[in-house]
Amino acid sequence: MNIVIIGNGITGITCARNIRKLDSKASITLISGESDHFFSRTALMYIYMGHMKFEHTKPYEDWFWIKNRINLIRAYVKTLNAIDKILVLENGKPIAFDKLIIACGSKPNKFGWPGENLHGVQGLYSIQDLEQMERNTQNISSAVIVGGGLIGIEMAEMLHSRKIPVTILVREKFYWNNILPKEEAELIGKHMAGHGIVLRLNTELEEIISDNQDRVAGVLTSTGEKFECQFVGLTAGVKPNIGFLMENELETDRGILINEYLETSVPDVYAAGDCAQFRNPKQGEPAIEQLWYTGKMQGETLAKTICGDKSVYNRGIWFNSAKFFDIEYQTYGQVLPEINDQQKSFYWEHPNGKHAFRANYSNTDESILGFNFIGIRFRQVIAEEWIRERKTIAFVIQNLEKGWFDPEFSKTFYKDISLSYFQGIKDGNNE
Amino acid sequence: MKDISLSIASPSAGSPFQKAGAALTACAILCSIIAAFGVGKTNPLLFFFLIIGLFISGGLFYSIPYFKAQAGIKNDGIMQNPLSNRGAIAWGIAILMTGFYIILYWFPYYLEGLIRTMDPLSMMLRSKASDQWFLYGAFYTLAVLIMGMRFIAKYKFSRYHIIRTISVMFFQMGFAFLLPAFLLKLNQPEFYFSYFWPLKYSYLFPNDIDYLIQSGNLGVFMVFWGLVMTFIATPVLTYKYGKRWYCSWVCGCGALAETLGDPYRQNSDKSLKAWKIERWMVHSVLVFIVLTTALLWLNSWKSGTILGDASGLFSQWYGFLIGSVFSGVIGTGFYPIMGSRVWCRFGCPMAAILGLFQRFKSKFRITTNGGQCISCGNCSTYCEMGIDVRAYAQKGENIIRASCVGCGVCSSVCPRGVLKLENLEEEGRFIPYIRHEDRK
Ligand SMILES: Cc1cc2nc3c(=O)[nH]c(=O)nc-3n(C[C@H](O)[C@H](O)[C@H](O)COP(=O)(O)OP(=O)(O)OC[C@H]3O[C@@H](n4cnc5c(N)ncnc54)[C@H](O)[C@@H]3O)c2cc1C
Repeated sequence: MNIVIIGNGITGITCARNIRKLDSKASITLISGESDHFFSRTALMYIYMGHMKFEHTKPYEDWFWIKNRINLIRAYVKTLNAIDKILVLENGKPIAFDKLIIACGSKPNKFGWPGENLHGVQGLYSIQDLEQMERNTQNISSAVIVGGGLIGIEMAEMLHSRKIPVTILVREKFYWNNILPKEEAELIGKHMAGHGIVLRLNTELEEIISDNQDRVAGVLTSTGEKFECQFVGLTAGVKPNIGFLMENELETDRGILINEYLETSVPDVYAAGDCAQFRNPKQGEPAIEQLWYTGKMQGETLAKTICGDKSVYNRGIWFNSAKFFDIEYQTYGQVLPEINDQQKSFYWEHPNGKHAFRANYSNTDESILGFNFIGIRFRQVIAEEWIRERKTIAFVIQNLEKGWFDPEFSKTFYKDISLSYFQGIKDGNNE
Repeated sequence: MKDISLSIASPSAGSPFQKAGAALTACAILCSIIAAFGVGKTNPLLFFFLIIGLFISGGLFYSIPYFKAQAGIKNDGIMQNPLSNRGAIAWGIAILMTGFYIILYWFPYYLEGLIRTMDPLSMMLRSKASDQWFLYGAFYTLAVLIMGMRFIAKYKFSRYHIIRTISVMFFQMGFAFLLPAFLLKLNQPEFYFSYFWPLKYSYLFPNDIDYLIQSGNLGVFMVFWGLVMTFIATPVLTYKYGKRWYCSWVCGCGALAETLGDPYRQNSDKSLKAWKIERWMVHSVLVFIVLTTALLWLNSWKSGTILGDASGLFSQWYGFLIGSVFSGVIGTGFYPIMGSRVWCRFGCPMAAILGLFQRFKSKFRITTNGGQCISCGNCSTYCEMGIDVRAYAQKGENIIRASCVGCGVCSSVCPRGVLKLENLEEEGRFIPYIRHEDRK
């Protein structure tokens, strides 16, 4: 079997590795344009900040691919003929396949803002973006970031590490408020302010202003403010990087359309990771999953299907994590920014504003639905088990110690949380 | 992938405080050199206070930005800093330190002036003039204390780091410096209660044991202490807590690596090849010491008929090759180039024994939190022992490696809270995380 994979990101790589584990004979070819070897996209910020070099972000040593007979080609795929099972590289070289996996990832969103193509304006997704950011931020005195998501705050931290003052424009009422409930968002906002980051909430980008050399000189906002800056980071989300598939048999919408087996509209062609879009996403789950974790799980599932064990993708109980400057965040299960009328929420925050805990639960049977941990590490297996087994909120609060994952000797907060919860019950405050 | 394109001009290199600290430290080194050239003999007290004062104030100034900063990981610019990134400054320091070791071991007379500056302290503590080893001990302890302070400032967000750093500082100063000096003052054997066989290999050699036993009750206690620590405490404590109880909480070599060596921890080699070399080397040293010790006992039991005076010869050669060249010149002198734990990783027989227990019979592990790893690589990069931590974490496996000294830095630098050092039930520690959906 001749398997070709487009994209050496976490999705393509996981799929390739798992196919090799299940099938020692298959021919596996990985084509990718960005880098010779798999690296960790999530670590791009640390290269800029000087915590690591590019080579440190490669999860496998270079001999690994040879040893596992995974054939690497560094090139961009220009066109795909899915029916005839052949693709063509930029240099004109054709490559045939029996099965194709498209895992070509994302690219930063641009919304047609005036001035979005000026020098000094960019998103952050690839190594090439990082190199460009390196050049674009030499000797500058201030920067503006558009979009209050995870990449936005990472960019802010990167610039901050070079002592470049940063202003972030956020469309929502609070930082990352389309994901975080108000309290957590405010906590993170304060922490960022503590690092000197200026947050402009309820503010959208109106226009990017240029100097007379096609370089960015500043931005105008929807609130009529003007900020001078020599760098603009566009971090208002990412979208599937499927431009090269546009004139193709493959059905696409925003992403490549797939079913629950990660199959596209053409037989023997599959898509997974950031570039794929579920035709019928399960209730409460997004159609496009743009995460490291989901890419990895999709890659694993797909490897099974390719090797004959046809498997439905099931991402299981939701989890995610991030770090906002010095504050870590872990979430398990379902925590919406605002609870609906079948839910209740308990929130605790440490007086120092660096640690917080939220548990959302059902208002009918009190069963736990999801957690947010801010500045607290918590065991995934425990959190998931409790959610799966529909433990009650009271049980959860009383047993938090079991899942506590902070380093030894750290101050623990589960007693404070429990006191606060039961005090709230007594006072009838818990909503 | 070309790495050159990503090489970045040093980001806002050094705050004024750190520059001042570096300048003061450089002055201290200069004063030491001047003292060594003879002035130290004529003005010992002046130079003593000058050198110590400059070193301490240099360290303080260097640490101030860490104390002032918000608590959190402070690794910005490490990969561009010529001090930590095998740059010119790193090579300079490596040459300076290696040179110091070479002079110390083989040409101590060049240090005469510097040795004399330690006379006042040595007289006070030991009622004995200073020699090169006292000078070395004093500098060593000073380095642990000053750089320990810096470490505490840098990792002030972590009580684990603060407590274990205070611990190594305490054991270095108390057990490896002051106590042996006092013992000398009291005319007792100069015994190091924080070093055991096989690191301090001679403590179980017949000659040393004879000598200790003959020196009186305290000597007998020392022999007893050495035996208990080697044969009872080592396995029991390692079973309960992993080898960290010694390597990153007590040991003096570990103390220097964790403090003076911290700026260089990222320079350890993480390749699979390095791991293979490590296993061969460190276990060879262990086998060698065990055999030699056994042979020496056999010899002494047969009243010296087997080996003659080989024991003295052994001590000389082992002392030269392993004790001096390896642990000193390479182990410490090469910190800036090969990372801070070269000796512990490739040469220390104590680490080898503790490692075997840790790997095969211990409750210690670094737990990986489910499927949360994003493979970023911070853990592997900052592992001073060169363990590819990420290789385990991204598979959902716990990290159980003979070499892990339990410093806890991987857990600290992990941006997703994936790693936790802990002692749990021994059973099941090798079982990886499997998603509930994938369980059969
Ligand atoms: C700065 C940053 C931080 C992030 N942090 C996190 C995080 O903390 N947690 C988290 O869960 N997620 C995070 N993400 C998101 C996560 O990195 C992505 O979801 C994930 O990398 C997607 O993996 P993938 O394999 O699907 O695609 P990609 O990693 O994008 O890989 C696709 C590869 O295919 C190549 N390619 C595309 N088109 C072609 C073509 N025509 N021919 C050849 N090659 C092609 C691309 O160049 C790319 O190298 C982060 C993303 C960024 C940018």
